[in-house]
Amino acid sequence: MSDVRKDARELHERFSDHLDVTEDEIAERLTTLTEEYMVPREEARRSVESHYLEEAGLERDDLGSGGSNPKVKVEDIEEDEQWLDLTAKVVDLWEPGHESIGQVGLLGDETGTVKFTAWASSDLPALEEETVYRLSNVVTDEYEGRYSVKLNRTTTIEELDEEMEVGENSAEAEGALVAMQSGSGLIKRCPEEDCTRVLQNGRCSEHGDVEGEFDLRIKGVLDDGTEVQEVIFDQEATEALTGTTLEEAKQRAMDALDTEVVADDMRERTLGQYYRVRGPQFGRYVLADEVEELGGPTDTEELLIEARSI
Amino acid sequence: MSQQAPTREVARRVFAAEFNDAEYTFKESDDERAPQYLLLPSGERANRIFVVGTLTETEDVGEDSEYWRGRVVDPTGTFYTYAGQYQPDAAAFLRDAEPPTYVAVVGKPRTYETDDGTVNVSLRPESITEVDAATRDRWVVETAQRTVERVRAFSPDTDEYDGLAAEEYGGDVERYRRAAVEALESLDSESDTEAEAEGAGQASL
Repeated sequence: MSDVRKDARELHERFSDHLDVTEDEIAERLTTLTEEYMVPREEARRSVESHYLEEAGLERDDLGSGGSNPKVKVEDIEEDEQWLDLTAKVVDLWEPGHESIGQVGLLGDETGTVKFTAWASSDLPALEEETVYRLSNVVTDEYEGRYSVKLNRTTTIEELDEEMEVGENSAEAEGALVAMQSGSGLIKRCPEEDCTRVLQNGRCSEHGDVEGEFDLRIKGVLDDGTEVQEVIFDQEATEALTGTTLEEAKQRAMDALDTEVVADDMRERTLGQYYRVRGPQFGRYVLADEVEELGGPTDTEELLIEARSI
Repeated sequence: MSQQAPTREVARRVFAAEFNDAEYTFKESDDERAPQYLLLPSGERANRIFVVGTLTETEDVGEDSEYWRGRVVDPTGTFYTYAGQYQPDAAAFLRDAEPPTYVAVVGKPRTYETDDGTVNVSLRPESITEVDAATRDRWVVETAQRTVERVRAFSPDTDEYDGLAAEEYGGDVERYRRAAVEALESLDSESDTEAEAEGAGQASL
């Protein structure tokens, strides 16, 4: 089948519900553009599609992408305006912030989670929490580097009777630890149930003056010379990184009558060292679940050959 | 809406040979708090750099109060770093240090003009810490990598900063590629020597 025929058939399938148009007519339009006007195939297809959209009084989003979409995992969503199919569990539903939004929440599969939005105008059946769905024809959206998916009028929703483990979004960062931010070292947290806020001068911003509980953490910056990544090391990771346990840190602070010495010790021990960390991403931080201290270089020979050959 | 925190400036990787050739500084806006950049000859702008090298000498060059100067040497040359009362941790490190020792320095480039009109560039440390030889070697390879990337991408006709660098420094970036090659070769010969020493040790057993 020729490219023109293929495109004509696909376009026909998509418009046949909306317009009284034959495959031949569509093919003719495509041929005129590609052969007479020498328009590239993609552009011709787009142009003809726009023509029929206008004729049918439809928006591009109303129709979906046509054809079959790639079936992707959540972690693969990394491009704006991609049409795709997703099988995912509804992890969370939030209160829509605006009347134009039908539903908003969090979808997840084994590779991570992604925000979703369904427009009120799309008249879709409501999704339920903790249920797995096969969602066909959703489109990705990007805002400040973070991706979400949008359900629209053409999205088909199929409830699946299956279980799904939802994974955490995982990130990796590597570089020299070039800074340790304030709030690192020996800190105190609010002891109230479900409150783990870090105390400022013995005060919790929610519960006021409380008897805090000691904890260790490092808020650090990894820098590879081209970009920076902020990283949080929790108590376990901090103990492993510095070789100092929480008990030892408390003793050290008590002897010095100053908690700041703990952070100073940690700076001395870790700044300027190279690390690779892996773990879930929370906002601008990666939580360092796995930490590897990097030793000497490994790829010197290869680089030398490259550097000599420019 | 809360004001968004300014993004942290990346610490550039640069050998002493290139760093010491730099002298042109600029800001991107008139705002007093706008970050100041040192324009590197290979066209990168550096508000912060990260150096790992050998601290070979420290000296208190202050008159009224302590002002410590450290010489940090990499395979291509020497970085000068100065720390006084406003960098108490770094000053204390330099006071107590026993050269030679490997150090990692995160710091801001600073320039000053001497009486005869030449511009000297130095490093004002945010932190100085002691590290080992493996970390130094990793830095040399990483810095060679970044240098080679900059040299390869250098295009004064199309890139604003590359163009400015060519204007300010003449545009001979080939020497920095050679410096990178030499730095890598210096690691190579070191590891050969180590291997030989090891071989000799085994032979004597």
